[in-house]
Amino acid sequence: MVKPVLLITRRLPPAVEARAAEHFDARLNPDDSPRSGADILRLAQGADAVLCCPAEKLDGATIGALPATVKVIGTFSVGFDHIDIAACRVRNLPVVNTPDVLSVATAECCMLLILAASRRAGEGERLVRSGGWTGWTPTQLLGTQVSGRRLGIFGMGRIGRELARMARGFGMSVHYRDVARLPEPLEAGAIWHDDDASFLAASEVLSLNAPGGAATRDWLNAERIALLPRGAVVVNAARGTLIDDAALIAALQTGQVGFAGLDVYAGEPALNPGYLALENVVLLPHLGSATRETRDAMGHLVLDGIEAVLAGREPANLVR
Amino acid sequence: MKPRLIVSRQMPGPVGARIRAEFDCPWPEGRDMDAEEMLQQVRDTQAEALLFSSHLKLDAAVIARIPDHVRIAATCSVGFEHIDVAAARARGLPVTNTPDVLTDCTADLTMLLILGACRRAHEYEAIMRAGWRRGYGLGEMLGVRASGKRLGIVGLGRIGQAVARRARGFNMRILYNNPRRLPEDIEEGATYFADLREMLPQCDILTLHARGGPATAGLMNAETFALLPKGAVFVNASRGGLVDEEALIAALRSGHLFAAGLDVYHNEPAFDLRLAELPNTFLFPHMGSATIETRTAMGMRALDNIAAVLAGRPPIDPLWN
Repeated sequence: MVKPVLLITRRLPPAVEARAAEHFDARLNPDDSPRSGADILRLAQGADAVLCCPAEKLDGATIGALPATVKVIGTFSVGFDHIDIAACRVRNLPVVNTPDVLSVATAECCMLLILAASRRAGEGERLVRSGGWTGWTPTQLLGTQVSGRRLGIFGMGRIGRELARMARGFGMSVHYRDVARLPEPLEAGAIWHDDDASFLAASEVLSLNAPGGAATRDWLNAERIALLPRGAVVVNAARGTLIDDAALIAALQTGQVGFAGLDVYAGEPALNPGYLALENVVLLPHLGSATRETRDAMGHLVLDGIEAVLAGREPANLVR
Repeated sequence: MKPRLIVSRQMPGPVGARIRAEFDCPWPEGRDMDAEEMLQQVRDTQAEALLFSSHLKLDAAVIARIPDHVRIAATCSVGFEHIDVAAARARGLPVTNTPDVLTDCTADLTMLLILGACRRAHEYEAIMRAGWRRGYGLGEMLGVRASGKRLGIVGLGRIGQAVARRARGFNMRILYNNPRRLPEDIEEGATYFADLREMLPQCDILTLHARGGPATAGLMNAETFALLPKGAVFVNASRGGLVDEEALIAALRSGHLFAAGLDVYHNEPAFDLRLAELPNTFLFPHMGSATIETRTAMGMRALDNIAAVLAGRPPIDPLWN
C-alpha cells in the first residue's frame, strides 16, 4: 500500500517524527530551517497533507495556491491565527489543531511565573550564580507570599481552569473575569466578576489567560493597572498583545505592580527592552507548553486528526 | 518602664515598629552584630532579652559570657544549629525559635523549586536576559511536565504535608518516607515507605523535608541518587547537610538527574560554585521563608516569646522543656 505523503514544515519531537515516518511518506525538515509560503508551496507538490507550525503564515494566497492533492492541514498549535481559515473553508480544506493537551503544561507555567515573580527567583538566582552571595539575612530579597492570596484569572477557559485547580492547593481564592459566567461545576467555587473594576480590585495576583486578537489588544493598560491593589503580581503566559508594555513597565517602576512574570511578548522574539532593565520581572522565552510530554501529545493529536481526515472520518480536533 | 532588648540582626519594618513601641532598644530595626558587639551591647544596656538569628553563633563560650540579667535569647529562625543547646540549658538561659509560621512560605518555595527545575527556569531566564531574539524549535529546550508525576517526600512533617497539599493540585501521586507512618487523615492517600531505598526507584521528583543532624547527614549520596529513576528531578529546601554535593553534581553532570532545585547548601553562603556552573540547576540563596509576611511573622513570634518570659510566663517555643 502506498503511504500518503505528509509535508512537515519544521522539526518535531523524535517520537512524533517516528510515527509520521511509519504511517506516512513523510517529508521532514531535519535542519529545522524556517519555511516561507513559497517553500511550502514547492514542498507540498504531490502531498496529501501539510503539518505546519505557528511560525509559518498560511495566508489566503498560499492556501489558494496549494496543490489540489492536499486534503488536510494540521497545525502544531492550539492557535490558528497564522492560517486563513476562511480561505480553507472556500477550498473545503479541513484544518486540525492541538487543543486541550497543552492546558496543563501552560497552567503549570503560569503557576511557575506566579511563584517565581512573587519570590524574586530571578534576583535570587542571579545573586547565587554571581558567586557574590554573602549569606542569609532576615531582610534579604524579601518577596511576597503566594499561598492564601486572591488570584484573578482573566479568561477562564481550559488553561484558566487548570490554573485555578493548582492555585487552590496553595489556599488561594480564585476570582475570574470572562464574557459569561461558567456553569457551577466548572467554576468550582471561583468568583465571577462582570466588570473590570471589581475584578481588578480583587486581584492580588493577576493571570492573563484570554485569547489574543483585536478585542483584547492592550487590555492591561495604565487605566486597568491603576485598579489593581498596590504591589499586585501580574503574569502572562497567554498572548503578548494583551498587555500595554509601556504601561506595565511604568507600573513595575513605581511599585503599583510589585512583580511580573512573562512568557509571551508583543513582537516576539523581540521584547520591549524596558523589561530587561527591571529586576522585579521574571522572563521566559515563550515556552509555556515546552515539555516533552506535552509536545509529544500535541504531535500525536495533530497526526490523529490528519489520519482521520485522510481515512474519511471526522477528526475530534477539527477547527470550526 | 519598657523591658530592655538587644536586637543583633536587621528586622523587617513592622517588627521594628513593635520593638520601638514595646521595648527599650537602642536600634529597634536591628543592627547586624557579631558576638563581641552583641555582648558589649547587652552589658552596656543591661538588656533583659536578646533577639538574634542564625548569623550569630551562640556556642558554649559565648553563652558563658552572657550576663545573668539576660533572661531569654530568642532566635528568629526555625533551625537552631547555631546554638549550643546543652550549654544554654546548663546555664539556665531559655532559648526559643519560631516554628510553624514559615510552613506555607517554605512549601510555596518548594513548589517553585519543583516547577522551576522541571521547566528549566534558570536556562529560560538566562536566555531572556541575554536578549533572546530567536524562537525555539518544537523539540528544542523542552522541560519535564511536573503535573501527574510521582512525588517522593522525605519527611512528612508540617512543611512536607503542606507541599503534598499543593502537589495534589498538580495531580501528583504522593509517596513518603518518614520515621513512622502517619494517621490516614494526614496521609490523605499518600503511600508510606518505611525504607527510603524502596521509595526512591518510584520517585519522578524527590523533595527533602527531613530534620538535619548526624542521623540524616548525607542521606542523599551516590548510592541513593543512583536509586532514583534516570531523569528524576531533585529538590532541597530543608537542610544542606542532607546531601552529599559531590554525588549530586556527578548525577546532574551525567544526566542521571534531569535537574535540581536547591535553596540550601552544605556550606552557606560559600556553597560549591560548581553547582552554579551547571545549566540544569535552579538555585536560591536560602530564601525559603523570604517573604515580608513570613519574616514579619517570625520576628513577631520571637517577640511574643520574649514578652512571655519577661512577663513571668513560660516561653511559647522553648528549645527544650
